[in-house]
Amino acid sequence: MHFGSGSWSSYNIPAKRSVATDPYERIERMASASAVVIFSMSTCCMCHAVKRLFCGMGVNPTVYEIDEDPLGKEMETALMRLLGGASAVPVVFIGGRLVGAMDSVMGSHINGTLIKKQERCELTWIRMRFPVKSVSRCT
Amino acid sequence: MQNSFKAAAVPQHISLTNSDVYSHSHSPFYLRGDGSGRNATNGTNIGELQQSAGNGFSHLDAVDLTRSTMYNSMKASSGSVVSSNLQFGGLTNSLGSADQMGSSNRGVGLMLQRGGNVILGFGGSLGNGQFENWTENSGVVADHSQQTDNTSTDTDAKNQFPRVHHERLIVEDSTDQSKGRIGDQKALCKLAQNREAARKSRMRKKAYVQQLENSRQRLVQLEQDLKRARQQGVYVAPGFSGDQSHSMGGSGSVAFDIDYARWLEEHQRLVNDLRSAVNSHVGDGELQLVVDKVMSHYEEIFRLKSSGAKSDIFHIISGMWKTPAERCFMWLGGFRSSDVLKVLGNQIEPLTEQQLVGICNLQQSSQQTEDALSQGMEALQQSLVDTLSSNSLAPRNSGNIADYMGQMAIAMSKLATLENFVHQAELLRLQTLQQMQRILTTRQAARALLAINDYKSRLRALSSLWLARPKG
Repeated sequence: MHFGSGSWSSYNIPAKRSVATDPYERIERMASASAVVIFSMSTCCMCHAVKRLFCGMGVNPTVYEIDEDPLGKEMETALMRLLGGASAVPVVFIGGRLVGAMDSVMGSHINGTLIKKQERCELTWIRMRFPVKSVSRCT
Repeated sequence: MQNSFKAAAVPQHISLTNSDVYSHSHSPFYLRGDGSGRNATNGTNIGELQQSAGNGFSHLDAVDLTRSTMYNSMKASSGSVVSSNLQFGGLTNSLGSADQMGSSNRGVGLMLQRGGNVILGFGGSLGNGQFENWTENSGVVADHSQQTDNTSTDTDAKNQFPRVHHERLIVEDSTDQSKGRIGDQKALCKLAQNREAARKSRMRKKAYVQQLENSRQRLVQLEQDLKRARQQGVYVAPGFSGDQSHSMGGSGSVAFDIDYARWLEEHQRLVNDLRSAVNSHVGDGELQLVVDKVMSHYEEIFRLKSSGAKSDIFHIISGMWKTPAERCFMWLGGFRSSDVLKVLGNQIEPLTEQQLVGICNLQQSSQQTEDALSQGMEALQQSLVDTLSSNSLAPRNSGNIADYMGQMAIAMSKLATLENFVHQAELLRLQTLQQMQRILTTRQAARALLAINDYKSRLRALSSLWLARPKG
């Protein structure tokens, strides 16, 4: 099933950009906007791998290229702190919840929990977006 | 009795009192009642010394009679002196005053222990002092041969005297005991500290030597293993034989090769254990233990490769540490995770419905992740091509070194992501194995691990056969 905007195009949240550009808030907002969100950089090859992984699973994630974002630098540091690692990207959020970098994503995928996370949040997301009685339509 | 030594050129005087530090010495180090027999047999004297000193002198282990110590503890009132220059040359000079020595044959023997501790031995005490001098292999010699009536002869007894483990100090009597009391305490403290320090340093040295010995043994064993492995046709990186010039990584890659060879051998041993456990139909609990051991051994190669990738990524990717056939079908530094389940064949049957679903999902997810990483690597290669090709550089290098260096810097940072890719690939391999173990029962997991190992060892055997095939 597809949701969200196109595959790789940058998707910037329009001028709902509040004055408080606290990077963490911003990240949280962006992460909650779609079911599967990837923070990436256009030059990063590992990000490319993560994108291909989701694509291969048949999922269309929402990708934010933070190097093309004017506030990208702050977001990069914020993401790095969130992950506690050496590199800021790629970072994956599912259902607004942090999954992590490539190793966490891979780990979840291999042990089968990634699909479950996705399905769970997809359903939630759809229910939120389309608060109609019958959910069965959207499988 | 007075003992007084006149030092030839000493700024300070030291009187040696028997209330000195050596009051701890409960039994005399040696007491030479007569000096006749002594001088000739300095060696035996030391022997006796050692024997007699064997028991009670541990507290006198290390005495560092530094100048200050000596000078603090000894008062000069009685006029005894010791050369401040603890060289025996000087000392002997100082001892040369025959009249002081008189017939009592007194002299000061300084024995320098390793580490610079000094032991003062004073010959004879109360009675007819007899002076014994002995040396220690650090080469400082007591020489009182210059004493006129001295019967002690040896000057350089380096070789004669083995290392003395227990030092004793004997102080000659001095009339001036009371003044020495306070200084004595300080001297005692200092001496005790010095003893401790020397003892600690001796222990450290022992530990170090032990460590060296162990390393040497290990090295010998590794070389034997390597020789054996070479004979069996296993390909071993030539760099190990000592020629490190072939590998850019130098010692890092050689170290990895060695570690890998050792891991492989251990792995074979564990797999053999597993095989015998399976064949002898042991209980599930015991089998699980062996399976767990094999699995944690796989974690070890993961750690090894990760650190190997950090030190020399190209060596890992090159696969020079693998046999040729393995190397050919390698993927990002190791076997393909999607192959793991393919080689199982029908070893793990029968499977329950749930297990079947799990295995299928695992196959699929490992394949997908593998593909994703491969595509990431392709993107990396492509971006490197872009960076290094002349399109990205200035059209004509009219001094555009800055551009060139800039592009090189970018290329370098891209190359640095290689390590991350190999790390993820390694993680994928490990996680695939772990998930497989979770899905299967103990017995199935055991058979699966055996099957995987069979495949790999057959691949290695194939390499050997290929290398040994008759050509032409």
